[in-house]
Amino acid sequence: MELLVSSAIGLLTAGGVFLLLRARSFEVVLGLTLLSYAVNLFIFVMGRLAIDKVPLLREGVAPSLANHADPLPQALVLTAIVISFAMTAVLLVLALRSHAEYGSDHVDGAEPPAPEPRRRNP
Amino acid sequence: MSLLAAQLPVLPIAIPLMVGSLLIIAGRRWPAGAAAAGLLALLANLGCAVALWRVTADGTVLPYLLGNWSAPFGIVLAIDRLAVLMLGVTAVVALACQLAALDGPLRQGPGFPALLQFQLMGLNGAFLTSDLFNLFVFFEVLLISSYALLLHRADRGALRAGLHYVIVNLLGSALFLIAVSLLYGTLGTLNMADLAARVPLASAADQPLVAAAGALLLVVFGIKAAALPLGLWLPGTYPAAPAPVAVLFAVMTKVGIYAIARVSTLIYGAGAGALAGFASPLLLYTGLATIIAGTLGTLAARSLRRLTAWLVVASAGTLLAALGSGTAASAGAALLYLPHTTFAAAALFLVAGTVAVARGPDLEDRIEVGNAPGRGVLLGSLFLFTAVGIAGIPPLSGFVAKLMVLDAVSDTPRWPLTWSVLLASSLAAVVALSRAGSTIFWKSPPSPQRVPVGRGALAALALLAAAGLAIVLWAGPLAGYMNAAGEQLAAPSAYISAVLAATGWVAP
Repeated sequence: MELLVSSAIGLLTAGGVFLLLRARSFEVVLGLTLLSYAVNLFIFVMGRLAIDKVPLLREGVAPSLANHADPLPQALVLTAIVISFAMTAVLLVLALRSHAEYGSDHVDGAEPPAPEPRRRNP
Repeated sequence: MSLLAAQLPVLPIAIPLMVGSLLIIAGRRWPAGAAAAGLLALLANLGCAVALWRVTADGTVLPYLLGNWSAPFGIVLAIDRLAVLMLGVTAVVALACQLAALDGPLRQGPGFPALLQFQLMGLNGAFLTSDLFNLFVFFEVLLISSYALLLHRADRGALRAGLHYVIVNLLGSALFLIAVSLLYGTLGTLNMADLAARVPLASAADQPLVAAAGALLLVVFGIKAAALPLGLWLPGTYPAAPAPVAVLFAVMTKVGIYAIARVSTLIYGAGAGALAGFASPLLLYTGLATIIAGTLGTLAARSLRRLTAWLVVASAGTLLAALGSGTAASAGAALLYLPHTTFAAAALFLVAGTVAVARGPDLEDRIEVGNAPGRGVLLGSLFLFTAVGIAGIPPLSGFVAKLMVLDAVSDTPRWPLTWSVLLASSLAAVVALSRAGSTIFWKSPPSPQRVPVGRGALAALALLAAAGLAIVLWAGPLAGYMNAAGEQLAAPSAYISAVLAATGWVAP
């Protein structure tokens, strides 16, 4: 399971970084979203992977991490999800405004000049 | 009264939060009243900073348990000399920002006073908190307010700059979260004092991870502080902001500097065992490279606001280089340089904004021969005053601050390099500023129409100038305070024990 989760985080990060480096604002937004998924998973996993353990103390079970899941990363990841959600909303509004204003969804607000067609060697 | 005294540490966060929430409702209906109420709240905030200064000036570290949960289980605010200094600087700059925005409460929009309060809440929270995740949250609070302030009355240029600014900072937030969770995964805590106590106990297998988390934090704070490879967003963003907002943004890079100073001395400081000060040389060279880049930028800048933005970059480099020199005295000198450069850059942004309005939309503040601004004598003298201040020519605050930095780094091994970079950058700043001033004010024929300089902008400039002059007049006591703050940073054991031993508040 460690391999599965860690490679999932790696794939999400790689996809996020790739999209983040593109020149279209929509792809950049998607890239940041993927990146925030990866980060959220990462925070969650930092509480260690545990199966069939609840984050609540119960009667008769010793209150240690051997018997319980760590509740703190779950609280942290909730906060991180809410914040990244709000930030993505802000960014989307901004990208839409920028598209409407400039008529282009290039992150610089204008299409770069088309590269000159390469001449064949005579 | 004792209730109020016990709650004093949280007031710099609570006041802006409550006032800001009320101003959202009131701002649309009574814009003038909202601006006045915002001003009163900012004065109260300044009063809180002064009251906290009186408590902590003797070296006390004042802890405050949010929700009465003791460390490391709850979030603790901790106030030491450095935090109070940052609170005070921010309070003065926020006051200047609100004053400058009074010129056109309608031009700045009805939401402006409320957004300013939220921005102030984020800034104050970042300076007060002693919890790494809480620091992340306050960073987000101040960032989302700064997005809104930057794009408040956005024209086309501001929109593009804003998009870049938001994207870069969102990436920074993602890296911050990775660093925070790495630290939690290896050390099992996020309270900065508790982290400091646990870093030397990290196992050999965990040490590289802890170091990686520290390096990631450095990258994140470097983005905020505009350190060299990460700060190229700044010169495009700040000139696009409206003048009062640019005034406030002068303090934003200092948040990154503050966080670097805090984390590198507390968590990775002298007590960190194998990881003690692992980033110090990196800080020094990054700082020097940032100074060089900022200086080249000031020489190449085509407008006054862009020139000021590059000066902000260079000043961030100076602060990093002084912090990276690694002695308590150099940290103290950096702390004296910090208020000076914040006030001076804020004033220069305001002057540049006023020049841009006075020269009309065709010329704005471009460094070209054209119409000199109407009221050339007044504006010209203001420009001269702020330029002398920021360039470090005697007798204004820049001279005192730079002298103290040069003096403090003179007994570190890399002093010849630091001295030459600092002195050359000061010379280049003088060249760039005098070229800009003589082109705009002397070579240009006077403009036919006279645009009055707003009273709010004048009041804000007077406040910033008074703050800068205070640095010169009380240079001795201030330098003593900053050195004490530097020593407090270099010996974090008092901070750690104050936070970890804090007990809950009991009703009298």
